Amino acid sequence: MAHELRGKSAIVGLGHAGFGEAHGLSAYEIMAEAAQTALADAGLGLGDVDGLFCTMMEDSMPALMAAEYLGIRPRFLDGTMTGGSSFVNYLTSATMALEAGLCDVALICYGSNQRTAAGRLVTASRVPPYEGLYQPRYPVSAYAMAAARHMHEYGTTREQLADVAVAARAWARHNPEAFERGELTREDVLSARMVSDPLTVRDCCLVTDGGGALVLVRAERAGDFPKAPVHVLGVGADSTHRQISQMGDFTTTGARGSGKQAFEMAGVTPADIDVVELYDAFTINTVMFLEDLGFCSKGEGGAFVADGRIAPGGALPVNTNGGGLSCVHPGMYGIFTIIEAARQIRGDAPGIQLDDVELALAHGNGGVLSSQVTAILGAASTV
Amino acid sequence: MTQMGPDAHFRNGLKQGEIRLQKCLSCAEFIFFPRLTCPHCHGSKLDWQPVSGRGEVYTTTTVRRKPERGGDYNVCMVELTEGVRMMSRVEGIAPDQVSIGMPLTLFVGEIDGTAAVLCKPAEG
Repeated sequence: MAHELRGKSAIVGLGHAGFGEAHGLSAYEIMAEAAQTALADAGLGLGDVDGLFCTMMEDSMPALMAAEYLGIRPRFLDGTMTGGSSFVNYLTSATMALEAGLCDVALICYGSNQRTAAGRLVTASRVPPYEGLYQPRYPVSAYAMAAARHMHEYGTTREQLADVAVAARAWARHNPEAFERGELTREDVLSARMVSDPLTVRDCCLVTDGGGALVLVRAERAGDFPKAPVHVLGVGADSTHRQISQMGDFTTTGARGSGKQAFEMAGVTPADIDVVELYDAFTINTVMFLEDLGFCSKGEGGAFVADGRIAPGGALPVNTNGGGLSCVHPGMYGIFTIIEAARQIRGDAPGIQLDDVELALAHGNGGVLSSQVTAILGAASTV
Repeated sequence: MTQMGPDAHFRNGLKQGEIRLQKCLSCAEFIFFPRLTCPHCHGSKLDWQPVSGRGEVYTTTTVRRKPERGGDYNVCMVELTEGVRMMSRVEGIAPDQVSIGMPLTLFVGEIDGTAAVLCKPAEG
């Protein structure tokens, strides 16, 4: 029997703002511009929004700040903070709130001006008490230690990791919205400045500005809007730790559990998925998430991503906008996995538009591989 | 007398040069970081024990830093023979010589004036 939340909500509007460098704009202004764009895309206005789902790095109560900024008084508000996965997680709470009648128009939104304001990853997190003394560079050293362990256990190579960045760039080169569009070779990645071994600066996501927003409604009225609806077929989450030193097996993430739940709810399998959008904060993420989500076996991720297999024209299209590695990364990238997945389904992707996309996977990562949330999105034909 | 929670008890031990770990009396697992309930079985009867001081590198990274700011340094995860893992630093060898599986001896040292668990390559 199908899960009772399967297909019950749909994305009817999406938008983004401030990609790259948004000189002169605050994080809230970028968030608001993205929200207005998404609402206009849906043929709606701020006055229609009665459910708000938001987190930002600007404040300890960012959802309240956002509601105040937008001039709305949402009946339902969710500001759950699980890092970059938060926005994929909101697909669950938004679907539940819509289905329960606690709101009628759900707005998921986010904005950040970290590049022009700080020039580095901005975080509201405190230094973990049993780690801070050793001065790991957050978050890269955490991912570097996962990569080192993956290389040790499975023979994954730096060249294979580099090919993740090369594939992301190859997609980005076709995307006018992407921040980095210059040619990037495997050798460029390998010879780039080492940050925390085995990861060079080209194994790391960008630091950009940017914001994104999504508008969701109940599926029964999803056909009443200007754009083709994108249905939420399944979402799953797993939270394994907060501090990297508390991660169990450094080579297996919570994506195994989140993916299993999302696929079960959606009633589909990895083989059914037409396009995959993953939170690629670092090159190792893409390798481990493809394994954990079931696109290949554990330990085979390195070979799976190598030699252009996830690049344009490869076996599996992954991060078709260029990802956090080459398109945009304002600190919490998760919302952009949903936006690109939805655009591929709608047929209005800004870069390479794939043919006949019916099912897409969007995967968010939060913290230091801490929170994993997977969503399966589908065209109206899949409901 | 002021009450001392598990966190303070552990740090107090470090100040006295001792690495102490909690062991769960219900499931017999060792625990790190120190806390009130066992994360494995949720038991609340936990007993402090001194540790063997032996472990090995579970994973490692060299954090790159400009020489004028102190140069590169090691950050690693050490897996103790008791089964728990903690973040630490291997001292006494170059950071790029630290490898996964390397046997380690743990000791209490100082980082910036604060007592901390540090490691060195095990002898013999």
